Formats: sequence, C-alpha cells, structure tokens
Amino acid sequence: MKALFLSLTALGAALAAPVSAQTVAITGGTVAIGDGSQPIERGTVVMRDGRIVAAGAGIAVPAGATVIDATGKWVAAGMVAGFTNLGLVDAEGVSESNDASASTSPFNASIDIAPAINPQAVEIGNERAGGITRAIVSPSTGQSIFAGRGAVIDLGADANPITRARAFQYVELGEDGAQEAGGSRPAAYAMLHDALAQAQDYRRNPAAFGGREKESLLKRADAQALLPVLDGTMPLFVHVERASDIRSVLALKQQYPALKLVLVGVREGWMVAPEIAAARVGVIAAALADLPASFEALGATESNVGRMTAAGVPVAISTVGANTAPGEHVLKQYAGNLVAIARVPGATGLNWGQAFATVSSRPAQALGMDGEIGSLRPGRRADVVIWDGDPLELSSAPLAVYIDGLAQPMRSRQIELRDRYSVPQEGALPKAYSR
Amino acid sequence: MNHKTMIRGLTAAASALALAACATDSTPPQGASSKAPRDKQAASGAGHGYAHDPYPSTYHVYPGAPTLVRNVTIYDGEGGRIDGGSVLFADGKILALGQTLDAPAGATVIDGTGKWVTPGVIDIHSHLGDYPSPQVQAHSDGNEATSPVTADVWAEHSVWPQDPGFGRALANGGVTTLQILPGSANLFGGRSVVLKNVYARTVQAMKFPGAPYGLKMACGENPKRVYGSRNTKPSTRMGNIAVDRATWAQAVAYKRKWDKYEKDGGDAPERNIAMDTLRGVLEGEILVQNHCYRADEMAIVMDMAKEFGYHVTAFHHAVEAYKIADILKANNTCAAVWADWYGFKMESFDGIGENLALLQKAGACGMIHSDDENGIQRLNQEVAKAQASGRRAGIDIPDAQAWEWLSINPARALGIADRTGSLKPGKMADVVLWNGNPLSVYTRPEKVWIDGALLYDATNPRLRPVSDFELGQPGSGDVK
Repeated sequence: MKALFLSLTALGAALAAPVSAQTVAITGGTVAIGDGSQPIERGTVVMRDGRIVAAGAGIAVPAGATVIDATGKWVAAGMVAGFTNLGLVDAEGVSESNDASASTSPFNASIDIAPAINPQAVEIGNERAGGITRAIVSPSTGQSIFAGRGAVIDLGADANPITRARAFQYVELGEDGAQEAGGSRPAAYAMLHDALAQAQDYRRNPAAFGGREKESLLKRADAQALLPVLDGTMPLFVHVERASDIRSVLALKQQYPALKLVLVGVREGWMVAPEIAAARVGVIAAALADLPASFEALGATESNVGRMTAAGVPVAISTVGANTAPGEHVLKQYAGNLVAIARVPGATGLNWGQAFATVSSRPAQALGMDGEIGSLRPGRRADVVIWDGDPLELSSAPLAVYIDGLAQPMRSRQIELRDRYSVPQEGALPKAYSR
Repeated sequence: MNHKTMIRGLTAAASALALAACATDSTPPQGASSKAPRDKQAASGAGHGYAHDPYPSTYHVYPGAPTLVRNVTIYDGEGGRIDGGSVLFADGKILALGQTLDAPAGATVIDGTGKWVTPGVIDIHSHLGDYPSPQVQAHSDGNEATSPVTADVWAEHSVWPQDPGFGRALANGGVTTLQILPGSANLFGGRSVVLKNVYARTVQAMKFPGAPYGLKMACGENPKRVYGSRNTKPSTRMGNIAVDRATWAQAVAYKRKWDKYEKDGGDAPERNIAMDTLRGVLEGEILVQNHCYRADEMAIVMDMAKEFGYHVTAFHHAVEAYKIADILKANNTCAAVWADWYGFKMESFDGIGENLALLQKAGACGMIHSDDENGIQRLNQEVAKAQASGRRAGIDIPDAQAWEWLSINPARALGIADRTGSLKPGKMADVVLWNGNPLSVYTRPEKVWIDGALLYDATNPRLRPVSDFELGQPGSGDVK
C-alpha cells in the first residue's frame, strides 16, 4: 500500500514533463479490461502517449517504463457514464445553472451542447474521483421531441473536455415524446416524420427552404442538423420504454434505412429482446428500474438487462430513471447488482465481466466509439483506474485515476468539505480559515 | 423532459378530508375496517376530549412456524455480532439468539451456512403509497400543496395499499417497517403513518400497531419555492420561520384551551383538526420529522422548538448534518440521510459521502433513509457505501454497528424501538436472511419474516407478492 502511494506520487511529479515520453506499466493487479472478459489476476497494463499499449496476463514491462506496483489492487478501464448531464448542469434544481434543456427556445435538433460543457464543474471533479473518466452527455427536450446533439466528454482536469462533439441526436418518443409533441404518441410520430421530411426538403433545395419565419415548424439549423441523422452518420438516440414503442422505433428503419438507432431507457426491452438483437440496435438501459413507474413500463424488471444481453443485445446501463443525480459513481453499484441478480432464483443477471462492460465498453459501443474509449484493449485512450478492491463492490474506491494517460487529481470539493468538518467545532478561527 | 426526477414533484393533490369529529360523543367510533378502537384514550372528557386514534390499526400477525436459523452471521441491530450463530423465533416474537440453540420440537430449521441474519430494514422516510407507482397525476397524493400549513392532513388518507413499491422494498430490500410521510411542499405537511410492510386491502391493516404519529415539517427551499411562486407567504427562509412561529403560537393557545377543558370541564373548545396534531406534538405524543438540509437552518429550527416547547425527533435529508454533528448530539436530535446524494439543488450542494460516519464519530444519532421508491430497495447498500466512505476518512465503523443505521436508530426515531429494530428476545420477529454479507453489492434477501410470518422467499415463487395493480399485467408474478 505504502509502496503504491509512493510510486503514484513519483509519477505525478514525472507527469509534469511532456507526457509523450512516458511509458507506464501498472503491474501485479487484477486487471479488468472492460470488454466483457473476466478479470485477470496479476495482470499488467502498459500505456504510452496517452494510449493503451497492452493489458492482460504475461505482458512484459517495456524497458525504461515507470512501474507502478498495484499488487493487491484492481486495475480497470475507466467507467463511462452511459447517459448523463454531467458538465451541463451545476445543480439540477438551480435553473440558472441548468443548461440541460431550453423550454422556450425556437431551436431543437440544432442545439449543440459541446460549447456549454464546463470541465471545472464541481460534479466533474467529484465524479472523476469516483472512477468516471468519460461520459455521454445529452441535452433534454424542451418543447419538441428533439433535444439536440449530445457529446462525449472526458472528466480530465484540463480545459478541453470534448472527446466528440455532436456525437448523436436525442429524441423523445413514448410518453415523454407524446407530451412534447402536444399530447399524444401519434402527434410525436407526426412531428418526427415531418421534421425528417423537411430535412430532405432542405437538402434538395436549401435556398427554397424557409425555416426562418416565426411560424416555421422547423428552423433551418434544425433541418440541417437532421441530415447526418438521416444519413446514419450521426446516431439517433431514442428514448422509449414500452415494448410496443420499441417495435415502432425499430420499424422506422423500413422508411429510413440508414438510421443508426440507439435505444435509451427500454424498460420493457426484455419483452422484445430478439427483435432488438435482430435489428442490431444498441441499448442504454435504465439499470435496475423494476417498478411500473408508468403505464409504458408495466413490465419493468431488474432482469431486463440480463435478458436482453442473453438475447444478444449489446446493453449499456445508465442512471436514467434513477434518483441519484449527479451520482454517476453509482454506476458501479448498479453493475454489481446485475451480478447479484444472477444469484436470485428465476432472475437473469450478468457475470462480472459482462456487468463491468455495461459501464465501460458498452456505452462506447452504443456510439460506435469502442475502438477509441471504454476498455483497456490496445490502442484505446488510456483511461485507467486503480481501485483498492473489486470496482463493483460497495467498499471499493479509486486510488488513482488516469485520463488519456494522465494522472488526475484525487482531491475533490467533497474531500475538502470532509476534511474541513472532520471535527465539527470551530477552532481558534472560523471554519472558513481551514483549507 | 428531465432524464431524472430529482426534484420531487410538488403537484397539488386536491383531496378534501372528510373527518368525523366526535368531540363530546362518549360512544367509541366504529370504523368500517375496525372492530373497535384500541386506543383507550378515545373516550371524551377529562384526559382527552376527542379520539386520538380514530383510524386504528387493524393489522394482524400472519401465521408463522417456530423457526430456527443457524450457522449464520448475525448483526443484532444494536451493534452486536454473532459469528456462526443461531436465532430462534416463534409466535411472532424473537425467542433467543446465541452461538448454538436447540430447535424446539416441530420447529422449521434453516441452515444458513455462508449467510447472514439481520433485523428487518426500517425506512424512516418513504412515500410509497402516497406517491405510488405508476406515477400518474391521478396518483399524486403526497403533497397537499394548497397552503403552507396543512397540519390537518394525514398521509394514511392518501396511501394506496396496492402500491407495487411495497413488494419491491420487501423482496429486494428486506424492508419490514416504513414511515410514510406527506411531502415537503408545506412547512407543516401533515401527519405521517408507520406501516408494517405487509400488503393489505386497507391501509389500516398495514398500520404498525401503537406506533406514534409523526408530524412532517419542512424548511428550506421547497416551501418558499412553492408558495413564493404563487406570490404568497412564505417566499423566503425568514418567511418560512415566520409562518412556523405564528402557527406554533396558535398551537400553544389551542393546547391551553383544551388542557383547561379537560381539567376543569365546561364547554368544549371548537375542534381544529390541524391544531389537534400540533397539540399532539407539544404533548410529546406525536414526533416531529423535519425535512431540512442546511446546517444553519437546522440550528434555527432546534431553537424554534425550544421557543415553543417541542422537540425535533429527526431531521430528514440532513445533507449538512456533518457540519453540526455536535449541536445535533447536544439537542438529542437524529439525522436521517442519504449515503451519497448531493448537488441536485442549492441546499444539497455540500453533500458528502462521509455524513453518516462523521455523525457516528461525534456520537450523534444517524440513520439511512430513502425518500425514493428505488433507493428503498437497496438501503443496505447505501449503508455499506456510507461505511466505506467513513473508513477512507479514518472512521472505522464495524459492520454490526453500521447496521444500527438501518434498524435500531430509525426504530428509535419512530418511537417503536421497544418492539422492533433489533433481534432482542420479546421483540417482533422482523427478520431477514441474506444470501451473503448484506453489506456487499452481491447480496440479496433470501427470506423475510415479518412478525415471524414468512412473507418473502426467493426460492419460492408463491411467496412473492403481486399487488392488485400488477395482477394480469405484463410481467405479473415475474422476479422483479
């Protein structure tokens, strides 16, 4: 333990030098790759130039590498928050600080969250210390079924949080979409089809397309933003819960064959799992939602993720539908629960490797970015977390976090508060003087 | 739409209360669902001028077999731990705990090798039943958000006993007792009700027999937001306290009138249903359960309690309790908290995972709570997280002691610790057998007994409740 901390300190100092020169080998720990494979005991992770070089058993330590002894620890891929508003919101209930949605904006699909991400947000620092290294950040809908374009971010302590801007378009169907569209599911589909048709009009003849009039149903920028969706070059995240709604969304591909769909929420996914698998559509599910929270989620069960996975659907999990904000660090707890479910008679859970993938490579896979982030496979960005134990276990916490190969600060505002109030009483000076 | 529903809905529930007063009628009330009032104080005249328990519990203990669970690790709920131990219960009561116990003739004997036994989990803060699933507008019965003072409403008159959430809390969370509160839109939200987690046709048949009522109060952002946005008082924190004080002053006067009447007789004072509840608080008969986040506000509320002669039993959502752990201890006031919720509004901005551990370190009374239909299914895990955070801050709280946050501490703050909340001989046999260490993420309840009756068994699909609402619907009877 002491040796580890010493070497981490040494590394932190070394990283003041240009990162490109560094080769780092983390040895002796239990390695969790994040790609669905099982953890590897006494493995090695090698990173260089901000990328993973190798991870697994029997990996030789390159000559000249800085070696970190992680014996007795776990070395795991950084967690990817599957669907969140991290960096977009300081406090959800403080509307001035909340950039997740714009309920009176004339714009919808063209909304782009990337320039609004604040890498210095308190939540980013807290959640990074909890082992989250990347996040899929989405806007929420305002007065349209289209929320706009989300981004993939890193949680690194630097000024450049964007991994991929305009990474996907987000749309609400189901009950929420019905509400945004004026009160019914049919109205939501009318809005969807009309918007896509208008986008085609815009493409055919931009000069003839209005979209600047006050009464226009779709602004020019919105029409333009939907073109890559129609082309399938920008994934379309669709929030639906009910089995029948999932079927209707999958059927959209008959009319718009190029759509690259990703389903979000999907509480009744298990009821149509073979159809989702056959459509080769990825899912970002509400992890443990098991209540009939709405009429579109009557079939909700904790076995949902396990059953979809068993049917061949690639499933990531998220905190969607969970009352934890902004606690993306709880993703590990949810993933651990998916393992626990495997021990409940009659339920369907996941094995450890599958469960860890739901919070690492699976979210990346949903976006087609698992070649870049989400696992410790060679060539991926070096997002690595050294844990003091099994990352999915409640007693475990990160000891060190690397993003793009860079050691991250482990102090957070929460730690500062904790230390200030380790003794509640004020001393010779008020608490405001203790830092 | 928001991805999450963090700011609990504060929609008004337009439910008028039909209350049958029986101020001077000496005939005990006969409820449709009650055989007879159990409250001996129901009679009028000297002592009490009106029924204090007009909707009495009709809960009954379901049949159970004498049961011995052995070869288990036991957390007794009061800090005690027995490795390789046994627990014996019969006729609804705990009979004995020990290293080795003999099974009485005819007892069911369960070998718990590799498993754990604990008291049932108690959630002091739930809205199951008054914000039930499905969360449709027609079900939004948790906040009577029509006036900042609605001490006249009783949560039990909103609770839908068929909420599917009760079954999930039982099967996934091992919850055996829970307090249902009205919401936090109002300064005085109304009365709570304590329930045994046993499905019934009526809420009265779920009521924990003899549990004191609670008064839900709220400080901070919710009341000032709800009423401020309507341009009515309170719109500020100082407005919150002003309305609180005016109301307590009324309550003190009301109490004086009724005390005099009950002592000296004469014409009965006019009944005021809201003031009945506040009088109950001033008498110590009803416990104050106060939604309050910020340290400075909690301190003010504790002084307000002294000003008017009541006591705050527990602050709920006390995100900043760790900042005033010493003051809470000095006031003998508990803090019910989440493990790691923070940052969702201004008054939760300073939430930290070490809150419970710092309370424990200071010797203050702390406990976990959910305020959430999902969180209530994993309160054991929330405690494990809180314990782990403490450990990293150098506060090592043993597992058996951490379990107090789930059982005896909430039982005390509900005034029912003499009957449940720990595995002590003579107490209710509210017992959970876990399929592993209950402070591990990989563990689930295997069996749950309430008053010695086996009401959940993971290995027996017939011992898995299905609420009326779910019957015949997609997924009915599935493992949830």
